[in-house]
Amino acid sequence: MTTTGNKRRISRRGFILASGVVGAGALAAGATQVDWTDLIAAATRDPRSADTGVLVVCTLYGGNDGLNTVIPAADPAYQKARPDLAYQPHEVLDLGDGLGLNPGMKGLKKLWDDKRLAVVRGVGYPKPDHSHFRSMAIWQTASPDSPQPTGWLGRWLDVTGDDPLRAVSIEPVLPPLMAGQRAAGATLPVTGLKLPNGTVGKAFSLLGQPEAGESPDRARVARSIADLHTTATKLGPAVKPSGANKGQLAAQLDVVAGLVEAGVPTRAYSVSLGGFDTHADEKGTQQRLLTELDDALSAFVDRVRGKKVVVLVYSEFGRRVGANASDGTDHGTAGPVFVIGDGVNGGFYGEQPSLTDLDNGDLKESTDFRDVYATMLRDVLGEDPGKILAGHDTTVPGLL
Amino acid sequence: MPQLDDKAATRRLLDRFGFGPRPGELESLSQQGFAAACAQVLAQRPDGTPLPDLGAEPPQAGKKASTAERKQRQKTLRGQQIAAAQWWLDRMAGTASALPERLTWFWHGHFATSVQKVHSARLMLHQNQTLRGLGGGDFGALAKAMIVDPAMLLWLDGQQNKVGAANENLAREFMELFTLGVGHYSETDVREAARALTGWMVNRDAMTAEQVAKRHDSGSKTVLGITGNLDAGGFVDIVLNRPDSPRFVASRLWFRLVSATPPSADALGRLVAGYGPQRSIGGLLRAVLAEPAFRDPATTLVKQPVEWAVGLMRALAVQPSKLPVTQLEAGLRGLGQVPFEPPSVGGWPAAQSWLTTSAGLARLHLAQLIAAHADVSHITSGAAAGQTLGVDTWSQRSTAALADLKGAELVAMAACTPEYVVSQ
Repeated sequence: MTTTGNKRRISRRGFILASGVVGAGALAAGATQVDWTDLIAAATRDPRSADTGVLVVCTLYGGNDGLNTVIPAADPAYQKARPDLAYQPHEVLDLGDGLGLNPGMKGLKKLWDDKRLAVVRGVGYPKPDHSHFRSMAIWQTASPDSPQPTGWLGRWLDVTGDDPLRAVSIEPVLPPLMAGQRAAGATLPVTGLKLPNGTVGKAFSLLGQPEAGESPDRARVARSIADLHTTATKLGPAVKPSGANKGQLAAQLDVVAGLVEAGVPTRAYSVSLGGFDTHADEKGTQQRLLTELDDALSAFVDRVRGKKVVVLVYSEFGRRVGANASDGTDHGTAGPVFVIGDGVNGGFYGEQPSLTDLDNGDLKESTDFRDVYATMLRDVLGEDPGKILAGHDTTVPGLL
Repeated sequence: MPQLDDKAATRRLLDRFGFGPRPGELESLSQQGFAAACAQVLAQRPDGTPLPDLGAEPPQAGKKASTAERKQRQKTLRGQQIAAAQWWLDRMAGTASALPERLTWFWHGHFATSVQKVHSARLMLHQNQTLRGLGGGDFGALAKAMIVDPAMLLWLDGQQNKVGAANENLAREFMELFTLGVGHYSETDVREAARALTGWMVNRDAMTAEQVAKRHDSGSKTVLGITGNLDAGGFVDIVLNRPDSPRFVASRLWFRLVSATPPSADALGRLVAGYGPQRSIGGLLRAVLAEPAFRDPATTLVKQPVEWAVGLMRALAVQPSKLPVTQLEAGLRGLGQVPFEPPSVGGWPAAQSWLTTSAGLARLHLAQLIAAHADVSHITSGAAAGQTLGVDTWSQRSTAALADLKGAELVAMAACTPEYVVSQ
């Protein structure tokens, strides 16, 4: 995996460093003159490309209530803590171990039965922060102790070169998780990138030319325009407009599936679903969102079957165990993380947090979120996690 | 280090201490030399533009409100939010007194508050007016106003913070992001500071906040080594007296107005001296202008999307509210920056983070929208476009790119050149 990973990580700047490992013909033309077309063509011809993993990170914004997602319905402490919000044992989709999926997640239940869904329980970080922003920043930067300007996949880009096509966000604005110090993922809106044509189109592509002696900021503007043209040319044709009735996440995942099928060199994608910040009248809203998530994910996983795609689903925190006074729950801590895909060894990982041994009304985390990231970095992206997670290299054993 | 000549330095002054020149502004301001231009800009005070009348806030939806009632309320709030953003953009693009507007914009990103949680454009405008009134004066007065500002209290859960059930959100962000910087306080300081801030309640209709005695923790607290029956004002005094605070404030202003490269230790010392014991924002700005780095050609700054769009509208004499409002908003949203909606309390990203692939296309679309609403009949060549946008010389690349274009397409493309997207 590691060797293949190196080979796939080549980019213009990374070339000199990587050339000793790779050595081969496509790069013999000269370090600074390798262009996108050569690289992408080389990557497409690479017979091992089918073995390289693809990671899709799905962020649920707003703090998804983990206890009503993977539900300990038979636990009296659960029923007692949130009587009006609780699901009954016969309503949930039984996973064993006293836990069941939210009734809206029938597709994920099938994936579970098929051993393609792993549920990592009690995932969080030490000294949990109850602010959406801080907590989301912690998850996206993988830095629980101090603020970090770079995201975990951004740092993965930093250590592996600066090819923007290797990490793509299907959102108009780059999420912090894909911003590195030197490199950044490309952004590809779900509507695609329709570049102007004719005279305007020609002029716009000319703006991407580098100019000798230019300041780094200006050079970066030109580079981003050149990258835009590369992205639109290489990835754009794979973007097919989604069905009008599809939800936002389904539309994003349609784009990802199209790109995976087209064999583009992208290794990491970011998609998202918002709206989980439900402090009041929570039950119906959450079930509707989880159903949307379930429909989108199960259609996607079926479509990319056999293509080494792993999906990671997380939210910035779970909710408090007890309901509040307005049929909702307030910001909590640890929650379940889903890992879905062909190579995934389905089942439970991590301990289910106790509902009676609480930390100030909150669940205690049993799995450090960086263990999950380290697993993705090592086993999907083929990179040493320690380099990206400030030395953290413990993984979730057996997950992949 | 090499220095910009007086005219180029004045252009940079108009960019960084404003939103770029309106037609003719650079020529008239640069006549008397850079020092005179600085004096003139530093003397600017907020113009007398009144706040817009957004109408009354729709009443809070009760628990029994129907879906239709909730939707109607959302619609009214959304309309007010759009009107508020439009009003501010008009003011940025039209004002002759640009420095106070640029400072208001800077402080909005610094004390970053989002209408998406506050759910009130009226309270956002109320905060906006406070930032405008205090943003060029004494930082202490500004900080004391912000810590009990109604929108800020709602944003950082100040209302949930009461004796016996402290909420640390505001206390933490105030030290981490507004006044000291991370690492200059302990978790105990956060908990104790939160106690000092207990009891504040917002009256949405009156747009006021007050400390309710029975919700306030009147016990003894110790913050950053100082013990007493501290309240919000006492807490702010303790924080601002720390030597880390002036350095933090000066660095943040430098970061947004001058360069993503931090000032040297010597330069930072001079900035802090300008800020002085009076915590003078004007003194800090004066010190920034006196720095050799301010006139160094290498001190470039990536314009934030709003700065870029407002600058273009100023240069082309386009009034933002004359554009189709949904298209303007969609354009800014596509670029990732809508006034009153910072993505988090940490404010917007900066520098090269703005230069994403899809932003390049969003920028072109918005430039085309703006140029289509401008009188561009006098712009018939790349050189003329450069003059309008304040770009003296085009690179070979941009000269080639602009060569075959005319009219609005020429101006729009010129606005997307690296020479214009980056403030020189």
